[in-house]
Amino acid sequence: MDSALIPEGAKRCSFPKFAIGIAIVGAVLLWGVYAMFLCWFKGLNQTNMNDYYGFALWIWADLAVIAVGGGAFFTGLLKYIFKVDELKNIINFAVIIGFICYSSALLILAIDIGQPLRGWFIFWHANVHSMLTEVAFCLSCYFAVLTIEFIPNILENRQVNRVPFFHHLAHNMHGVMAIFAATGAFLSFFHQGSLGGVAGVMFGRPFAVREGLLIWPWTFFLFTWSAAAFGPCFTLLVAKITETITGKKLVKDNVVHLLAKISGWMITTYIIAKIIDTIYWATVTIPSLGFKLSHFYTNNSFYGYWILITEVVLCGVVPGALLIIKSTRENPTLRLIAIVLGVIGVCLNRWVMVLQIMAVPVMSFDTWALYIPSWQEIATTILPVAYGIILIAITYRYLPVFPQEQELNSIEPATEAE
Amino acid sequence: MFPFNFEWAWDIAHVVFFGGFWYAIGILGAGMTFCILKAAYDTMKGNGASDH
Repeated sequence: MDSALIPEGAKRCSFPKFAIGIAIVGAVLLWGVYAMFLCWFKGLNQTNMNDYYGFALWIWADLAVIAVGGGAFFTGLLKYIFKVDELKNIINFAVIIGFICYSSALLILAIDIGQPLRGWFIFWHANVHSMLTEVAFCLSCYFAVLTIEFIPNILENRQVNRVPFFHHLAHNMHGVMAIFAATGAFLSFFHQGSLGGVAGVMFGRPFAVREGLLIWPWTFFLFTWSAAAFGPCFTLLVAKITETITGKKLVKDNVVHLLAKISGWMITTYIIAKIIDTIYWATVTIPSLGFKLSHFYTNNSFYGYWILITEVVLCGVVPGALLIIKSTRENPTLRLIAIVLGVIGVCLNRWVMVLQIMAVPVMSFDTWALYIPSWQEIATTILPVAYGIILIAITYRYLPVFPQEQELNSIEPATEAE
Repeated sequence: MFPFNFEWAWDIAHVVFFGGFWYAIGILGAGMTFCILKAAYDTMKGNGASDH
């Protein structure tokens, strides 16, 4: 039915099977869209936000997708600026994942502001003393970069590419992609950092506050570093899931090993910095503010020392070690464990820096405030996942996302294509 | 956002924030303009297709 749109020589499932899959995920998407409209039309009373929690569950999702979407800028930086040529075989997919993550982040922010018709105020009436203004600027601009990086892949669709103008446009965009990638890296450095900086400058929240360099707290650098470190893990994880679902090998092992190795070294260096930061915070910063470390991890039913150990050791030190050692990196099972732990680790870090901050009592009369999100928050948090699955399914079906696919899955041409 | 907005001030914060913002927008806009114009030129000239 749609065989004319499918990349030449590629084998895809039948259209009805594809449509059924999209319909099932589409139902979940519609559930999220319904919750989103409830938040827009009835207001933020649809959430369980209160005076303790100005950040709903979706703000954690927002920071998490931005962190895991960091694979796009970092892979682009390596490919176009540092000329790591092997990564050309996974850069399209990294860009698509980045596009999904950042469009999801912007959608979440559009829900979070509660009054999306006034979303443009953040640009028009910008508060130039706010790190979140910088985040909004950089997010919007970087989403434009990702769109620009995604366009050539769309223009390479079998039918679209037959139009001479689109063919030349794709070719020319590839030619100047290094400029866009460099701009993307510049923007990513600042918005990833500023998201961490927001936590680090909250001097009224001893759990979050950090010393730093000039106006930037250490969390600024740790957030950028962690996004560059764990983002490629997410790219590899989604590539692995796509390979499993399609039953095909889509990226050669040498490319996967290279990206895993780079990610492993980034994770290891990041986690060393994170451990140093945590020790300094626990032994110098907290006592200077009149607190003890135990204050942040005891006397409540959820946040214990386990969360710190899980984030730093199990989901930081372990994946870093597994990915830098050649034998474990090249073992598919151990590599998969490492990248899954890495993705969980960075999401857990964002959880701690968004939700645990809000839960910790600050005043002597305060108590721990654990947060239970409303179903509308959960639905709007799942919404980007459904959207991402649908977009990956459509792009994989109709666009030449994986340059090595045909070589790795040689089939008889023409008649095999469904 | 623009110097003609009532809250605009010629201070370091506005210059840094909006300098960076317009710098990024300028690069993206100029880059895309170049690509589109060159694609139109190549199409009109009938340049041969090449792989990227």
